[in-house]
Amino acid sequence: MSLGEIHKFRFDDLRLVLDVNSGAVHAVDEVVWDLLSGDGAAPEAAARWSGKYPVEEIATALEEIDTLRREGLLFSEPALMDAALPFREAPVLKSLCLHVAHDCNLRCRYCFADTGPFGGLRGLMPLEVARKAIDMLLVASGARRQCEVDFFGGEPLLNFAVVQETVRYGRERAAAMGKELKFTLTTNATMLEGKVARFLLDNDINVVLSLDGRPAINDRMRFFADGTGSYNRIMPRIKAFVEEFNSRNRGRTYCYVRGTFTRENLDFAEDVRHLADAGFTEISMEPVVATGDAGYAIREEDLRVIEAEYDRLAGLYLQRRAEGNPFKFFHFNLNLEKATCLSKRISGCGAGHEYLAVAPDGTLYPCHQFMGREGYAMGNVFDGEIDPGLRRKFREAQVLNKPGCAGCWARLYCSGGCHANAQLFSGDIYEPYEIGCRLQKKRLECALGIQARIALEDQGWEESKAI
Amino acid sequence: MKTLATSRKHITTITSLRLQETARTGGCGECQNSCQSACKTSCTVGNQACERDRQEG
Repeated sequence: MSLGEIHKFRFDDLRLVLDVNSGAVHAVDEVVWDLLSGDGAAPEAAARWSGKYPVEEIATALEEIDTLRREGLLFSEPALMDAALPFREAPVLKSLCLHVAHDCNLRCRYCFADTGPFGGLRGLMPLEVARKAIDMLLVASGARRQCEVDFFGGEPLLNFAVVQETVRYGRERAAAMGKELKFTLTTNATMLEGKVARFLLDNDINVVLSLDGRPAINDRMRFFADGTGSYNRIMPRIKAFVEEFNSRNRGRTYCYVRGTFTRENLDFAEDVRHLADAGFTEISMEPVVATGDAGYAIREEDLRVIEAEYDRLAGLYLQRRAEGNPFKFFHFNLNLEKATCLSKRISGCGAGHEYLAVAPDGTLYPCHQFMGREGYAMGNVFDGEIDPGLRRKFREAQVLNKPGCAGCWARLYCSGGCHANAQLFSGDIYEPYEIGCRLQKKRLECALGIQARIALEDQGWEESKAI
Repeated sequence: MKTLATSRKHITTITSLRLQETARTGGCGECQNSCQSACKTSCTVGNQACERDRQEG
């Protein structure tokens, strides 16, 4: 029996076991925890633990383990998949990220876009490029009905007129073709007011609002060109916007307040607390991605501190929930029942084949993070041709084809991680970014732990039982 | 979506997902693109819902 296909971990006082291939999750007592360690859970394990537990306890525990194995919920085998191309149909383009502004009014220290221009020239996307991009997406998406368009930058609201007209044009063209376009806009919120805010709300645009948390933390990284911190300008605008957003019936539209933490605020749970205290209920906080030469970059020696901080954050999440004052934290929002299918879990983000980023001049890149990287231009919106070689390379770079992911318990949750981060750190999209992997795994353990805790409490679980 | 636990003497099953079954039924491709990086909407596939399930309620 291989033990490589389960993952055991502690969450607070819980002992949890994830069956890697099925996705089943179990809370187990100490007897089962011990039986599932070492080389096997069969007669050898019984002999090994007979000095610690009564024989009958070991027998019933082994019986339960065996039942779950027969039910395909423990030590289950992987599904037979076409490792090269998990989706049945040829790839279709689903999403475009429109870099409507390669310019920004902030000069954030950690900006991977080089404060706007991605290593190129500052500039705005002409309407003609945005229209061509929409036309390309609606054709290249084939039979797929729903498509997504993200407005990104730089700061996309610097090009608000093009955003407005692209939404109008996109919706009109999509409707004419029996399709639906969903729009998302990521903004630094400095211009989020008046007609801009009303437009986003009235047009059901998903909005991602950047704010790093406590004033001093935010302002140390996110400031204007003259050095003035952005907190005092953006906080009231974000508050007003979120309040109005929440007062409307949003349906499936979302609005997240998201921050970035660096090695300068490894106590980032306090920044999430700050955002929750401000009344925001949809929160995300992400580790900065920067190479080691940046002083704020996360280093390997920071990982233990960060992992402990995620535990603290999980504690805060559960505490607020118990107090009737909950918030959602993006990475803890695992949906254990209505989960995405195996094809999606294996293929991952779709960058470079289902998802492309469009530069202001119409050049296509695999995603917003690859923007401007040498060797990754994939065509342009004017002729709509997408480099077939690069597209296939990205399509095949899924988790089953990444040697470093083969034995990893988290492979069906992270899908092999971010290609752009992999390329940034190793030069190879097949070699995952190790620090990112470690943090991803910790977030997943917290997310699974939270779901387990909530499910057990809902069942009137007695604390003494599973520990 | 509430997850219901199934309790035995030693093991309480939190979720009895069988992802392997979706190798036959899934793959329609209607789901939203995810982003595995630490930027943008940063949606990992783990916290996405199946678009088909969502439409069926």
